[in-house]
Amino acid sequence: MTQEVTNQKADGAVQMAPERLLQVEDLVKHFPITKGIFFRKEIAAVQAVSGISFHIDRGETLGIVGESGCGKSTTARCVLRLLKATSGKLLYRGESAGDASERAEVIDIAKADKHQMRRLRRDMQIVFQDPYASLNPRMTVASIIAEPMLVHNLGDTSDRIDRVKELLKVVGLNPEHTNRYPHEFSGGQRQRIGVARALALNPSFMVLDEPVSALDVSIQAQVLNLMGDLQEEFNLTYLFIAHDLSVVRHVCDRVGVMYLGKMAEVADRDTLYHHPMHPYTHALMSAVPIPDPTVERDRRRIILEGDIPSPINPPPGCRFNTRCPRAEFPRCSEDTPEMKEVEQDHWVACHFPEVQKVV
Amino acid sequence: MTDRPSGNEPPVYSALDEAEGLSVEPVTQWKLFKTRFVRHRLAMLAAVVLGIILLLVLFADLLPLQSPTEQLSDENGRIVNLLSPRGEYWFGTDELGQDVMARVVYGGRTSLTVAVLTGLMVATFGTLVGSIAGYYGGWVDTLLMRFTDLILSLPLLPVAIVAAAWLREAFEGREALSLSILLGTLLWGTLARIVRAEFLSLREKEFVEAARAAGARDRRIIFRHILPNALSPIIVNATLVIGIAIILEAALSFLGFGVRPPEPAWGQMAANGGRLAVGGSGAWWLVLFPSFALIITVLSVNFLGDGLRDALDPTQTIERK
Amino acid sequence: MSEPLLQVTNLRTFFSTEEGIVRAVDGLSFTIHEGERFGVVGESGSGKSVTALSVMRLIEPPAGEIVTGEILFKGEDLLRLRDDDMRKVRGGQIAMIFQDPMTALNPVYTIGNQLIETIVLHQGVGKSEAHEIALEALDDVHIPNPKVRMGDYPHQLSGGMRQRVMIAMGLSCNPDLLIADEPTTALDVTTQAQILDLMLELTEERNTAVMLITHDLGVVAGFCDNIQVMYAGRLVERGTTGFIFDETLHPYTAGLLGSMTRLDEVREERLYSIRGAPPSLIDPANGCRFRVRCDFAQAVCETDTPLPRELGEGHWAACHFASDLDLVRVKGVPVR
Repeated sequence: MTQEVTNQKADGAVQMAPERLLQVEDLVKHFPITKGIFFRKEIAAVQAVSGISFHIDRGETLGIVGESGCGKSTTARCVLRLLKATSGKLLYRGESAGDASERAEVIDIAKADKHQMRRLRRDMQIVFQDPYASLNPRMTVASIIAEPMLVHNLGDTSDRIDRVKELLKVVGLNPEHTNRYPHEFSGGQRQRIGVARALALNPSFMVLDEPVSALDVSIQAQVLNLMGDLQEEFNLTYLFIAHDLSVVRHVCDRVGVMYLGKMAEVADRDTLYHHPMHPYTHALMSAVPIPDPTVERDRRRIILEGDIPSPINPPPGCRFNTRCPRAEFPRCSEDTPEMKEVEQDHWVACHFPEVQKVV
Repeated sequence: MTDRPSGNEPPVYSALDEAEGLSVEPVTQWKLFKTRFVRHRLAMLAAVVLGIILLLVLFADLLPLQSPTEQLSDENGRIVNLLSPRGEYWFGTDELGQDVMARVVYGGRTSLTVAVLTGLMVATFGTLVGSIAGYYGGWVDTLLMRFTDLILSLPLLPVAIVAAAWLREAFEGREALSLSILLGTLLWGTLARIVRAEFLSLREKEFVEAARAAGARDRRIIFRHILPNALSPIIVNATLVIGIAIILEAALSFLGFGVRPPEPAWGQMAANGGRLAVGGSGAWWLVLFPSFALIITVLSVNFLGDGLRDALDPTQTIERK
Repeated sequence: MSEPLLQVTNLRTFFSTEEGIVRAVDGLSFTIHEGERFGVVGESGSGKSVTALSVMRLIEPPAGEIVTGEILFKGEDLLRLRDDDMRKVRGGQIAMIFQDPMTALNPVYTIGNQLIETIVLHQGVGKSEAHEIALEALDDVHIPNPKVRMGDYPHQLSGGMRQRVMIAMGLSCNPDLLIADEPTTALDVTTQAQILDLMLELTEERNTAVMLITHDLGVVAGFCDNIQVMYAGRLVERGTTGFIFDETLHPYTAGLLGSMTRLDEVREERLYSIRGAPPSLIDPANGCRFRVRCDFAQAVCETDTPLPRELGEGHWAACHFASDLDLVRVKGVPVR
């Protein structure tokens, strides 16, 4: 007797390989800019995400890297349905709430109804960037971590307290501190509390939105180690959003590079770092400082001209054409490049992709 | 080196806590509030003064006071009107032979009742409007805010006077209640705006997103997450509204539209006394004592509001970085 | 060895707060020479920014106070200068640029206005001459269309452009020392590369000394000649860039290096991590302030405060066991 979660609005049979957890197809998210007091008219839009596709398999960590305005955080929020996608498919196959052997059918998150979403939320969680803003300052640590359980009516109060203490131990915090408030803890500890909260419902998928960017360097490693340990222990799948290519190299199995709402390049980790092909990837990598003076002095920097254009008015054709050192006109400013598989599992969206060893 | 307990040895949490600089005793929000409030000496004094006033007013019946409306007479049966302050009558008597001190105390009861009721009404209604507008946004927000603007644009005193006259007939005898309703209706606008602003900003906070990601519904988010964090401005503003209400009630009574004699009220007493004093009887005590009571109360309420604002201000929280 | 440009001796800067006295900088000494690029590295609470503000005498009483110390700039003690004279030094001979150009630039004045004001103040020239100098300065920092940009307000420019304007303002009066407090932390990495490149170009050209304050060891590896690592208001280690990275002496420095991820290497599964967090600077404990987080701490570390000792040429470390520790395994061995 399988518990089937079907999406009534799905067009025909939804195909997704069994080891695949999430498949995003042509995700678009535009934020309209309106004018008028009573009757709003859309005059422009912030094109935060303009059609990206990627997938994540069970147990792996996909990193999405990019600079400001690239749309990576927006993508993460669309995946979790914290924002409603403008268009596109977000196919998700989670575990059903009960028996692990029962696999739920594939659901399109973008079209899921309230009921389905509520169930999905137990399987997908998020850890936020800012440890100071992501915890309610007026709630105790216990209430914060127990909230997901409370919202889904799991267990009674004492069950929940037990689980809270267990979770605190799992993330490396003293289980005696259940009645303390967030302001008493350091940034790294608060981030751990956020992780404990995300684990409360035993999710299989976690979105990590720049989880260490706001932490001191000496503490980043603590949290990264923790995330690695947890992934192993609980068989988690991660979507790791970051701007730091060095961290991504350490943490991720596969990496996607975004620029101004579009995906420039996606490949598995070693491929991307050893032979990247998109000129933006090259520039991004060459800009990252390396804590090694000998290496730094010998590096050839690719310095880009100008600033990142506004997502309200992105350049036509390839969005990188205004700053690309290899752009050829008129092709690059008229033709938007498609994502092409240039080698096994290595996709690039460029008219003139070329391998360049940057590291 | 290891930051997580590995293997079978129980981790030494005390060493971990020491490394993190965690204080031994938990530092609750209440403790923080108390520490900060106590530092504000004027607010502490104001709190004490208000406390005394409240006690006097609440337990007026138990105090050895004359009746505020009884016309007192001396051994000869003569009405002891317009006596200056002396041993028997600490605040003197008015033109009808009523004990001014008793009238001040009982008048305080009326004034404070109106003020507190008004404060409660403003807090409730203002929060309701502001939170719905701020949380839902869109046309709901527009509608509610334009309505609020309407209320805010009404000129307080003229409207109060007109409405008071009408309400008086509707609420024959229960003047304190009618005044509260009137003032409550006029004064909730600013608080609604403040609450809306708080909701607009808090709604975007990551801990609210986290609650949504966990599956929390709107009601829970509004009451459990946003409202407790918006409490500080609500409390502060409500306190200040109480001060305003006292002044408005006094003004209305002064102009004859508030509490009518023989029921005492501070503004009314000051008005009467003023007329008489100017008229040549020189009965300064009829003006001084009720005015003094008014000033002390309003000042205390304002200083208390200041102190609360500083003590509740989250930007002054002891933050760990 | 030429006469030092800036010589700080035993600087102590404290702040009075509701909870007690914060000992933000607690006994710091260092030297910067002409044309030198000096990096100050530390995390939150290390005192690196307060050091810069102290040198510029931007510590506001009554809350903050430079309690003791000597700051010799070209031989003169800045702490003994009159306010007027200090104002001439600030901006004229020592310039400072900050992390967030949006708050450092006045939003209600055009950038042209602000540039001209600085130039007039420090170079004593008239407005029209200042205008010319300003245009040149904007050109030096590679801002396209400087004539048009002069009339822009800060909010009309991107983060990178604003930072360039700040650099233009800072260098417009040809200072001897440029203090840059986390100048690229708020910028995207590609913009950061542009700005660092620009700073390198301009300061080399004019032989301006730079005191670069940052938490990013990668940035100092490429930019600085000498590096000073600070922790909890004190000096932890100082030396040439080569020494700091390759012959690390202090466990904290080694811990930082070991816990960093690198673009060009894959590390072992688990990074080295320093447990705990930086301490509060109110009523700090006795002895070494890093003690509670240090894997090598001994009893003496609790009772005796380790003072900086010179253990190599120009290589200082404040640790009782600095030369005896095997820090290689802390810094980590690359897997590939």
